[in-house]
Amino acid sequence: MPENDTTAEANAPEPNPRTSSATQPPVIDGAKLVRERRLNNAKKNWSLFRSDIPAMVGSIVLVFFILIAIFAPFIAPASMLDVTKQLDVPRYAPPSLAHPLGTDDLGRELWVRILWGARVSILVGVAATVMSMVIGTVMGLAAGHFSGLFGAIVMRIIDFFIVLPSLLLAIVLSSVLERGVFTIVIAIGLTSWASTARIVRSQTLSVESRLYIERARILGAGHSHILFKHMLPAVMPLVLANTTLTVGSAIIAESTLSFLGLGDTSKESWGTILKNSMDISAATSGYWWYVLTPGIAILLVVLAFTMVGRAFEAIINPALRSR
Amino acid sequence: MALADDGPRHPNPPDDVPCTTCFLSETRSFPVTTPTHDLPTPAGGPDPGGSGISGGPGRDMDEPPKGASFVSYLLRKLGGALTSMILVIVLGFFAFRMLPGDPVLKIAKERPMSPAQIAELRSQYGLDKPVIVQFWDYLVGIFTGDFGESYVYRKPVAALIGEYLGPTLLLTATAAVIAIGLGLWLGQLSAWRRNSLFDKIASSTSLVFWSVPTFWLGLILLMIFGGTLQWLPTGGMITPGLDPWSLAGIVDIIKHLILPVITMVAVVYAQFLMVMRASLIEEMSEDYLTTARAKGLTEDEVRRKHAVPNALLPTVTVVFMHIGGLIAGAVTVEAVFSWPGLGKLTFEAISGPDLPLLQGTFVVFSAIIIVMNLAADIVYRFLDPRVRRA
Repeated sequence: MPENDTTAEANAPEPNPRTSSATQPPVIDGAKLVRERRLNNAKKNWSLFRSDIPAMVGSIVLVFFILIAIFAPFIAPASMLDVTKQLDVPRYAPPSLAHPLGTDDLGRELWVRILWGARVSILVGVAATVMSMVIGTVMGLAAGHFSGLFGAIVMRIIDFFIVLPSLLLAIVLSSVLERGVFTIVIAIGLTSWASTARIVRSQTLSVESRLYIERARILGAGHSHILFKHMLPAVMPLVLANTTLTVGSAIIAESTLSFLGLGDTSKESWGTILKNSMDISAATSGYWWYVLTPGIAILLVVLAFTMVGRAFEAIINPALRSR
Repeated sequence: MALADDGPRHPNPPDDVPCTTCFLSETRSFPVTTPTHDLPTPAGGPDPGGSGISGGPGRDMDEPPKGASFVSYLLRKLGGALTSMILVIVLGFFAFRMLPGDPVLKIAKERPMSPAQIAELRSQYGLDKPVIVQFWDYLVGIFTGDFGESYVYRKPVAALIGEYLGPTLLLTATAAVIAIGLGLWLGQLSAWRRNSLFDKIASSTSLVFWSVPTFWLGLILLMIFGGTLQWLPTGGMITPGLDPWSLAGIVDIIKHLILPVITMVAVVYAQFLMVMRASLIEEMSEDYLTTARAKGLTEDEVRRKHAVPNALLPTVTVVFMHIGGLIAGAVTVEAVFSWPGLGKLTFEAISGPDLPLLQGTFVVFSAIIIVMNLAADIVYRFLDPRVRRA
């Protein structure tokens, strides 16, 4: 692309400007071309995304939940969660105009708890996913690129994590570490990367056999050059699409761990609310709103992430769109 | 994967064979499109193209290495399972020694104890010995079936697990059989009538079920059928006082089984549905189906006698592989329905925290899953003649 620039400029001041302006091709700005191509691609992808109705609905739902998570302290101050300040509020009030989503066993408004719970649930979902993607990409690249003993060992580790359900490992990890949001992130991130690694590995293997990798190798490229300049960009789209899809299951994993009592009980999360409802057996006592609302929040967010992720995947992998 | 989204925009429905992976992601052990996870490890397989640097285009992770006889295949799989088991055992020991809190002090907090009593308790649990000795004791214990004593129950962990293993196997086996049957049946119907209303409803329903936490679905079912309607019991496995082997006892157990089984099935059948659907769609473009139709077979016969048996092959292994996820799902389901199984034991061990018990359930759960996976690998070898011959 810089070569294009120089030739174009070298051609411009030619001896016969009158004829050359007619016969010479117009001056080509390589950088501009690339910019235009990227812009066009982005436009095309955006129109693909926009025509995907579930994905659009999903993004609206996501934006809504992210906004309420960010502005929770302004919409409902933290004092509304303080049990000691809920003296004149009825307990177990069913949803009504005064209490839109009902109140819990301590008189707290459920909508406030959902609002604050969105912060932890979404944060943990995203953070754990990022961690799991980073580990998965590194392990997958390593398993696909290196062979011999090192590759074999990496492969065995991936295999181990594929076979064992991540929930089981996450339970063990989060029960031995100090309770807290960070622990939950670690527990989910450390145990859920195996299938990403698998996908990355198979993509790495198929890219490794392409000619341009061989060319790079012949020109003297080392492992790090091939891994970071060629492999990483080749697997990134796949990883990114997978990321959006994984956030949903990370949110479910967070709620499961919190429900089992492994979460940070001092912080609101949708799983914690469900655990509280289970502790007072709300399901069999008729406090349906206590059970229903946090679950619906989880369902909406997970579905939204899944819809958006599928749209991304369809854009990245045209084979999914039409065969 | 054809939900309502590919209506007018895609005249050609997405064939979505690779898309099985796209809506189920890892925490819920999604169906992998490619059935065998028979990964040719560079050490065990044949020469993978020198240093792997010039791995040929045919070198795929899911392709069994050629020229490997059944015995070496079996040995490789056994070796893999054994390595996993060793990792589980090692992890089971060291993870629980990383704990910041001292379990004995935790017990001591509940009632007044003299330092001498604390020291005695410590030596009773073997916590005063060096880590290496503890590890050795632990290893010897595992191979002699001694997992230590539960802090909370004051009983040997092995006895507790033995007591609670049966109900878990009953629950997970019932749920697995129903989920596999339902998932495969709906999956093949969906694939055969791709993009019909039925397909869209089946796929969207499974997507919704997949998007909710298992335990929440359980709570909702509990609320509707146990709480409001009071049709079914809300917890436990049998009404106290009934003899489980009498007719009334068996009926009672079945009543207690219904809700937990529905919960587990609802969450996992979607995975089986998607695998079967993808696998059958792949078969549907094959020439032998045209031949079968040309012979004059009805659509139904073509599907049942030709397409489905072939599509079943890759599905079987995926199904086996996901039984691990199903077993892990038992933890929350048993907690919700107070089903007296390993999952509930795990739940109680967490709230204890009862470390020897948690350690024991972790090792036993993992062992069950590893054995199931080994079985899947071996079964696949027998089912698919192509792999068998290779």
